[in-house]
Amino acid sequence: MTALPAAIPTTPSVDIAIEHVDLWYGTNHVLRDVDLKIRPGEFFAFLGPSGCGKTTLLRLIAGFNQADRGRVLIAGRDVSDLPPWKRDVGMVFQSYALWPHMTVEQNVAFGLEERRLPRQEIVKRVAAALDLVGLGALGKRRPAQLSGGQQQRVALARTIVVEPKVLLLDEPLSNLDAKLRGEVRRELRELQQRLGLTAIFVTHDQEEANTICDRIAVMKDGTVQQVGAPSELYDRPRNLFVAGFLGSTNTLDGIVRGDGAARVFETAAGRIPLPACRVPEGDMPPGAKLVFRPHHAILSRLDSPLAPGRTRLDGKVRFMEFLGATERYGIAVAGGAEVLVDLSHGTAPEGLDVDTAVAVDIATDRLLVLGE
Amino acid sequence: MPDRRVLDINPSRFMTLALPTAPARAKTAATATPGQWAAAIAIAAFLLVALVIPVGTVVYVAFTEKGTGDFTLVNFVDFARTDLLVRSTWNSIYAAVMTVLLATALALPLAVVTTRFEFRGAALVQTLGFLPLIMPPFVGAVAMQLFFGRSGSINLLLGDWLDIEIPFMEGLNGVIFVEGVHYFPFILINLSTALRTIDRSMEEAAQNLGSSGLRLFRRIVFPLAMPGYMAGASLVFVKVFDDLATPLLLNVKDMLAPQAYLRITSIGIADPMGYVISVVLVLLSVSAVMLSTLAMRGRDYATVQRGGGGLARRALRPAEHAIAWVVVTLILMLVLAPHAALLMLSLATVWSYSPLPDGFTLAHYARVFGDSSVYITNTLLYASLAGLIDVVLGAAIAYLVLRTTLPGRQWLDWTAMAAVAVPGVVVGIGYLRTFYGIDVGGVPLATLWIVIVLALAVRRLPYALRACYAALQQISVSLEEAAENLGATKARTIRRVVVPLISGGMLAGFISSFATASVELAATLMLVQSNSDAPLAYGLYVFMQSPAGRGPGAALGVIAVVLVAICTLLSHLVVERQHRRQSRAGAGPAVPGATG
Repeated sequence: MTALPAAIPTTPSVDIAIEHVDLWYGTNHVLRDVDLKIRPGEFFAFLGPSGCGKTTLLRLIAGFNQADRGRVLIAGRDVSDLPPWKRDVGMVFQSYALWPHMTVEQNVAFGLEERRLPRQEIVKRVAAALDLVGLGALGKRRPAQLSGGQQQRVALARTIVVEPKVLLLDEPLSNLDAKLRGEVRRELRELQQRLGLTAIFVTHDQEEANTICDRIAVMKDGTVQQVGAPSELYDRPRNLFVAGFLGSTNTLDGIVRGDGAARVFETAAGRIPLPACRVPEGDMPPGAKLVFRPHHAILSRLDSPLAPGRTRLDGKVRFMEFLGATERYGIAVAGGAEVLVDLSHGTAPEGLDVDTAVAVDIATDRLLVLGE
Repeated sequence: MPDRRVLDINPSRFMTLALPTAPARAKTAATATPGQWAAAIAIAAFLLVALVIPVGTVVYVAFTEKGTGDFTLVNFVDFARTDLLVRSTWNSIYAAVMTVLLATALALPLAVVTTRFEFRGAALVQTLGFLPLIMPPFVGAVAMQLFFGRSGSINLLLGDWLDIEIPFMEGLNGVIFVEGVHYFPFILINLSTALRTIDRSMEEAAQNLGSSGLRLFRRIVFPLAMPGYMAGASLVFVKVFDDLATPLLLNVKDMLAPQAYLRITSIGIADPMGYVISVVLVLLSVSAVMLSTLAMRGRDYATVQRGGGGLARRALRPAEHAIAWVVVTLILMLVLAPHAALLMLSLATVWSYSPLPDGFTLAHYARVFGDSSVYITNTLLYASLAGLIDVVLGAAIAYLVLRTTLPGRQWLDWTAMAAVAVPGVVVGIGYLRTFYGIDVGGVPLATLWIVIVLALAVRRLPYALRACYAALQQISVSLEEAAENLGATKARTIRRVVVPLISGGMLAGFISSFATASVELAATLMLVQSNSDAPLAYGLYVFMQSPAGRGPGAALGVIAVVLVAICTLLSHLVVERQHRRQSRAGAGPAVPGATG
């Protein structure tokens, strides 16, 4: 797949707009006022736990679901009333959906035959597409005779051979083993870039979304929680759900008191000053919690001086997990809460056995106060 | 809901000829126990006595010279030189092919409408579509003549209005018409199941690539459902060779099964030609089954993926909905016409040369209950015994094949399934020849009613076997291993774990064996020696011979249909209740995932 054979001609990239879409399954409100703009040539992800509506949204774009309200535009054209077979969006199914009664070549040729292309042209383009995914020699095989990774490539070839404007991928890596997954991920990204496709990737795996996509829409219960580049979502999550879904977080209950430079977050574990730069002033959302990442804190001896730009909580070591490059400490702080602290391997102070009293020094400029 | 599968009595599980491929042999340390050997030997003995030896006798006689016992092909040369028999062969093949086509024409629209669209009448269609199977086809033949015959209702009306006559029931047309209407459920059931098990992403992928409508159906959906269709179609094909009473009652004598029967009954049990015809019948049936198996080899597309669900059902536009109802209603009216006609005939005073009966009466029922209740009790006895034998043997064979490493266990399965391809008339002739010489307390064994039970049991064993096999296949071996791990012996494990879990499948197998054995005649016609030993189907046949007997015959026919329907319904309710109980008990997770 890395060698580039006769490239398939590309169409100009298109944008996709999802405008205020609502969708019900019976009384179940599956999509709630979803409003998204996907840029031309962008690799976009719908990320969320199962049942969040991400696959429903993808199938809406493909035309397999009908919105009860709102519309979908591809390249500025409203496609809401078009049946799936007239939309010209390519979809790779989670199960690959290769037809078992056809050979690999017949599977790939299908879409071209439906478009009534001349036989010669079909043969040429099928061969090119199979070469593109590195399966040129396996055209006569049946899907059942291929490995999972090969089936995935056939499904991809079958989709891109018809030169769709949009590529929809429904958890395409979930049936592959971990080693293959990383490889196929990079290949997918490369292919998308080369063909200039606007691609949407549905996944529940944050790592997959982070590594492959330009931007991500994090979804929960049918609503889009936040849209942004992976690093943006990680550094500036808009709420507790996004913070918790992308990477590990520590959360502490409490309330905000005071204002200006004197603002503090009062928790059972102690009072934590909140510098204005990171946590904007104004009304805090109800049930707001203090949030920081495990690697934004370090552990110190109780008697050591507090470094500038840090705030300290006293606690006691509950456990240590050795993770290779990092060591993860679970610290019980005053009031009963437990926080996680990740230290690079070898940087922890000596003698941090279970039940040792220890200080958790948190970088104040990394603190966030987030609501649900 | 994985537990549903264990208790699934979906007829497609067993109304099929498809042999499963040998299960991957698990590498277990366990060797066969003495109990397993004993069971295997007992089953082998049964199959030998009830199937292999009688059919083998028929083949032996066909290939030997009368009197000397030397090998000869002269009987087959005679067969090929007899115009009547050559014509009968072609007629049988023609009738089988045309019946498959007619049955397809009836089944395909019903299957498609009920599985691919949101159609309110789907449950009704699937229920009513099953009804023809629980009525002997020859009874339908008599009833259909009243509607479609030369002087039947339709032709009388057509003659009055348009002055035309359509020969629905003339000669082979009648056989094809009756059997197509009677056997189409085999295609309906198998095709519907196949359509339902296609993963919807298979269809969506095609739509995504620009395909839709009929083209999508032709290129993707139907090819994927082909194995199911072939299973049903080959069963219909074989059934046409099997059916003896329909052509006899329609007075079509130049087909193979009637010829074999007439030879034996009119010329005698020593005449070799009856045996030669039998061998030809078996050869044709076996080749039909083998052809369909070969054609579908390696094409078992069970495409439903985890969490996938079957095909998406499309909503019908109002006009389409109306067309669907018209088509479905017309087909159902046609296939239920025999039932309607039978009911009317059973209540009619005189019904001849008129579109409808002259008057109505209950006298036929009174007469049947008075004189003929012995037929009913006989049938209940024979069919229950046969069903019982079938589930016990079916469960035992399924267990031996799926759970043991016994050498030759697959042969038990294959031999039992081979009964599908042995026409009833061949079983009948084989039993007469084999068991007539065996003397039991002064009378030949072949004249005892237990032989009828044996014939019914071996003929219906394939249905029960497939049902038990499917049920056992759904159960994880780990459930049994857990019992053994906790100290239960193999025998105790079977009794306390296996049998309770497959009881739904066993009951389903019993129902199908019982219901179809109740209306069986092809094998028993020759074996019934006295009226007091005769089953219902035989009584029906005797009644239907004479015009005066048609009224009481029809009453008996109605009773048969109602009886079988009630028994089937009762068993179904038992299965349902047990299913609900097991669901409540949370049996779900105990059964491994659907796709595994």
